[in-house]
Amino acid sequence: MKFSGTDSYVATEDLNVAVNAAITLERPLLVKGEPGTGKTVLAHEIAKAISRPLITWHIKSTTKAQQGLYEYDAVSRLRDSQLGDARVQDVRNYIHKGKLWEAFTAPERPVLLIDEVDKADIEFPNDLLLELDRMEFYVYETRETVRAVNRPVVIITSNNEKELPDAFLRRCFFHYIRFPDRETMQQIVDVHFPGIQKELVREALNIFYDIRETPGLKKKPSTSELLDWLKLLMAEDLPADTLRTRDPKQLIPPLHGALLKNEQDVHLFERLAFIARRERGGN
Amino acid sequence: MFINFFLELRQAKVPASLREYLTLLEAMREGVADHRVEDFYFLSRACLVKDERNLDKFDRVFGKCFNGLEFLSEETTAEIPEEWLRKLAEKVLTEDEKKMIEALGGWEKLMETLKKRLEEQKSRHQGGSKWIGTAGTSPFGAYGYNPEGVRIGQDKSRNRRAVKVWDKREYRNLDDTVEIGTRNIKVALRRLRQFARDGAELELDLPDTIRSTANNAGYLDLKMVPERRNKVKVLLLFDIGGSMDDHIRVCEELFSAARSEFKHMEFFYFHNCLYEKLWKDNRRRHSEFLPTWDVLHKYGHDYKVIFVGDATMSPYEIVYPGGSVEHWNEEAGQAWLQRVTAIYPKVAWLNPVPEKYWEHTPSIQVIRQLMTDRMYPLTLGGLERAMRELSR
Repeated sequence: MKFSGTDSYVATEDLNVAVNAAITLERPLLVKGEPGTGKTVLAHEIAKAISRPLITWHIKSTTKAQQGLYEYDAVSRLRDSQLGDARVQDVRNYIHKGKLWEAFTAPERPVLLIDEVDKADIEFPNDLLLELDRMEFYVYETRETVRAVNRPVVIITSNNEKELPDAFLRRCFFHYIRFPDRETMQQIVDVHFPGIQKELVREALNIFYDIRETPGLKKKPSTSELLDWLKLLMAEDLPADTLRTRDPKQLIPPLHGALLKNEQDVHLFERLAFIARRERGGN
Repeated sequence: MFINFFLELRQAKVPASLREYLTLLEAMREGVADHRVEDFYFLSRACLVKDERNLDKFDRVFGKCFNGLEFLSEETTAEIPEEWLRKLAEKVLTEDEKKMIEALGGWEKLMETLKKRLEEQKSRHQGGSKWIGTAGTSPFGAYGYNPEGVRIGQDKSRNRRAVKVWDKREYRNLDDTVEIGTRNIKVALRRLRQFARDGAELELDLPDTIRSTANNAGYLDLKMVPERRNKVKVLLLFDIGGSMDDHIRVCEELFSAARSEFKHMEFFYFHNCLYEKLWKDNRRRHSEFLPTWDVLHKYGHDYKVIFVGDATMSPYEIVYPGGSVEHWNEEAGQAWLQRVTAIYPKVAWLNPVPEKYWEHTPSIQVIRQLMTDRMYPLTLGGLERAMRELSR
């Protein structure tokens, strides 16, 4: 079970090592990085690469650690008791398995994605310490311990909105997905759009990295946005040289909506492009 | 085995724990990393560094500890796939050059000599692959091999490795000792947000309780919600004018953006040191001001006070009445600062002057003492320390 990227995901070498360490030692892997650099996709691709089922648990600000283990539905039990339902005798009927339980008892070793762990309350990671470390937990209502049959491959993503507690971090491997350099980006594009015009990609990448370099952007476009943009360019069937034109009327690249996601950024870029153009014209 | 490396990391303030070190050893034993130093680098990074801000420090320590090791690792790759060499040469060589090769005894012969030469070099230098770097001096350079002939014997992706990965120090920007720039403000703000939340206390959600109790046929069904009150109150005091002009823009940007994070945030300006007057509009500072006493009375002791200032002035301005450069102050700045620290238990002073210069400026020393050491540099790291202090 070695991971080394897939045909639709370019994994850098350091990422491979981190993933393999997590798979081999059965510890969680914490993945951080700029938005849109493929943190969530990573889990999907790992599952695909080692052909195991993927269980995803998306964290929201209201998510509680307990919900990942199980939930006890007391209300329906109460209702059933009022209706005289026979099911009420067995408390097990009212315990709903959470994602962790599901992953622990899966027949074959699954990949468990805990997505955007930083969205939850600050206590959330602490509440999961033991569960992720020993891969077991105790169900109070039925007085049984659920133990992982096969320790799942756990991938945790974080957008860095909150600091994670040290005790939690100590139990994980960590990988920070750096923003891909040009060469890697080229590979990523190739993987997603085989047979795309080389010319188009080159021009598009030029523009893309130019935009990213623009100082003071509120939101820098990321890999996923580049891919969207390329998809649009291809759908519109724009020839590569439209990207290169220095038409004074057209200051910003076509279909820029895919790259620049807010008004101020568009204005800023327009202004800078205008200045750049004027200087170039002056020479 | 790598205990020195581990200790060096700790010394460089990378917070790696014993447990993480053991994990690394375990992973090594399981053979997660091949016997290449790069793999070891990646693996140890994944095990020992848990925060991208420490990656740069890690790279530096790694470079220091394992300097020179990479040559050993390349020995295993010194077997040259002939096919590949040929392919490379075909790509690189021009027609003329190919003819020259023919003249020299043909491709096979050349290959043979080349191999022999490589072998020789290998046995002469312990370093095994040192020849790669010195390809320029080899006669083969003359035949038009790219003098970057380092590529010989290495496949394409490896060749990038010729620059040691850790020496590139790609994570430099994420180091938290860099001064705050616009780019970093966003990250810094997250530090502030951290202390804007106060754990997960539950409180009764009355509307939801009523609704669900009704749904529940009158059986009481208590609903709780996590407490979302933003209890943090902040009083910001900016030093303005003079030596602070260079820094004030950064500070203001930072805190005006922080505004949304706090329910109660008040800010006031002072000049150099805190005296009996504070003002809100710097242009009308002489006409519209508030007595400092009023401010201290108005904002309760549960406010957290953050001073932002370079604390760089003549010490007289702090310790003597009448020391102020602008006006006659009845009471020394020192007295006012002491009042603030007495009223507000949570005080921090953020200083845009880099920490290493602090000890050379007497006034900074004095203020730092008055703040009982709660002075922090205005960098991401300093801000974080300050926030930790304030939220403790």
